[in-house]
Amino acid sequence: MNIVVCIKQVPDSDKVTIDRATNRLNRAGVPSIMNPFDENALEMALQLNDEHGGKIMVLSMGPPQAEAALRTALAHGADEAILISDRKFGGADTWATSYALSLAIKKLEGVDLVLFGKQAIDGDTAQVGPSVAQFLDLPMLTYVKSVEVTGDTLNVNRITEDGYEIWDVDKPCALAVVKEANSLRIPLFKNKMAAKKAVIPCWGVDELKPAADKVGLAGSPTNVVKVFAPSVKLKQEMITGEPEEMIAELIRKLKERHIL
Amino acid sequence: MSAEKELWVYAEQREGKMVGVVQELLSQGQVLCEKSGYTLCAILPSENGAELCQELYNFGAEKVYTLDDPKLADYQNDYYSRAVAQLINEKRPEIVLYGATSIGRSLAPTVAVMVNAGLTADCTELDFDVDEGNLLQTRPAFGGNIMATIICPNHRPQMATVRANVFKKNKRSSAEMGEQISCPVDLSGVPERMRRLESVREAPPNRMDLHAAQFIVSGGRGVGNPENFKIIDDLAAEMGAAVGASRATVDAGWIAPHHLVGQTGKTVCPVVYIACGISGAIQHLAGIQRSELIIAINKDPDAPIFDIADFGLIGDLNELVPEFQKQIAAAKTS
Repeated sequence: MNIVVCIKQVPDSDKVTIDRATNRLNRAGVPSIMNPFDENALEMALQLNDEHGGKIMVLSMGPPQAEAALRTALAHGADEAILISDRKFGGADTWATSYALSLAIKKLEGVDLVLFGKQAIDGDTAQVGPSVAQFLDLPMLTYVKSVEVTGDTLNVNRITEDGYEIWDVDKPCALAVVKEANSLRIPLFKNKMAAKKAVIPCWGVDELKPAADKVGLAGSPTNVVKVFAPSVKLKQEMITGEPEEMIAELIRKLKERHIL
Repeated sequence: MSAEKELWVYAEQREGKMVGVVQELLSQGQVLCEKSGYTLCAILPSENGAELCQELYNFGAEKVYTLDDPKLADYQNDYYSRAVAQLINEKRPEIVLYGATSIGRSLAPTVAVMVNAGLTADCTELDFDVDEGNLLQTRPAFGGNIMATIICPNHRPQMATVRANVFKKNKRSSAEMGEQISCPVDLSGVPERMRRLESVREAPPNRMDLHAAQFIVSGGRGVGNPENFKIIDDLAAEMGAAVGASRATVDAGWIAPHHLVGQTGKTVCPVVYIACGISGAIQHLAGIQRSELIIAINKDPDAPIFDIADFGLIGDLNELVPEFQKQIAAAKTS
């Protein structure tokens, strides 16, 4: 199958801190990584093509340095990578990002499947997958745990709040993959070397020819008007002693509050 | 176009039963409509309307638009998105709110593209700016490290998804009056591209639903192994509590993913949240900060969980958790 995997470069959120004076993220020195959920989408593509053959193309929209995430994906076994980057795309919300990604995918020939991670760890919106699918007019399933190819259709296991569903979906289609699906394989040495040297084309507005009013900040329906640090409650009380005493004290406090 | 401006809540139902977040959205919708003067409405893709409509009226909906088509019996993204988009294009509501469920988080971004609307994910606060006529949508980002307020100034409707348990339910009465408006939808041009073959519920019988729970006992990496979750289960059973889990334990396969609490799992707001052997990564804290009271049991005195816990107990959970269970049992009989 010809599979497109959309990936995002994100700051490693475990290492992000907030400057409490300015309420801004301290980005300096925070490493950028391939969005962890996108690893599962990539691995799903690799497993499908281990079995069925085909080409895996990874796409990423972002600033020029997002190329590093694409090289990571190539090292893990993707065949080709395309960066979608243009100053005019800056400030795009999920709607405008999805639009630009969809234009890039439309330029690719014979795509059978478009894969996304469940969501990105920086924005956590999970919106880009379904929105890209709609721009491409593809059927979309989210929270996908496993896929089997059954002729012209895919048999998809999708997890829900309290169980799972099995769907039969026509190709081409789009899927967003959950972490429970798999874990990304270790890169082969030869792929690592090839990934370093790979030429990664960059597509901007000249290549994608978007409608001028659907691009970047100005083309985004939503605008961020305020960023602030969440309020932190600091009222902790430590209970010490032997286990039996600690629990007795805890239960006394819960009774005081009429909780027990 | 309606003469009155409207705020819509997407009334998600599964197998004829309303999803809990709908009541919460209507309750917050009441607050927003008081500020904006909009009419609170619900949009219900269902054939068996009457009983569900009454539930929607009871939580403040003045109108319920029911979408009647056999293809909408069960959720299917192509049909549902087309039906909702058709109604939006016809009635032009100002605001549409969806639960951030596995369905809402698929449906809303699809509809947003169809109707050219802005969409904000997983809002934790919703307010209305009377001067500008904008919905103020506040949400966490970067795993809960920052909050952002988002507006959608030039596109209508303004759409947002909201997680369960973020807003309190406010039921008006059990006999509110409202108007049901049946809306025919045309799905004849929508190709059948996906088919649900099977739907399986596998919520374990002995473990309660996290969203509904007054008490939650959660286990983390400190529990040590899957078998040891029994002490968490036992304490939960004694308290009538639901069982939660941290990312680490779910990833390790110690417990099923629907127990996951946190940014990528469930947001909870119990009366008491008891975190056992959970260090307190920011993603986990983001999911529990609405709990009324947090108790942390951890052997590491520097664990971040102690920063937001009301009561912290430094020690071995293998001693403290069974002791807690024992003393609660004793307290019950005394």
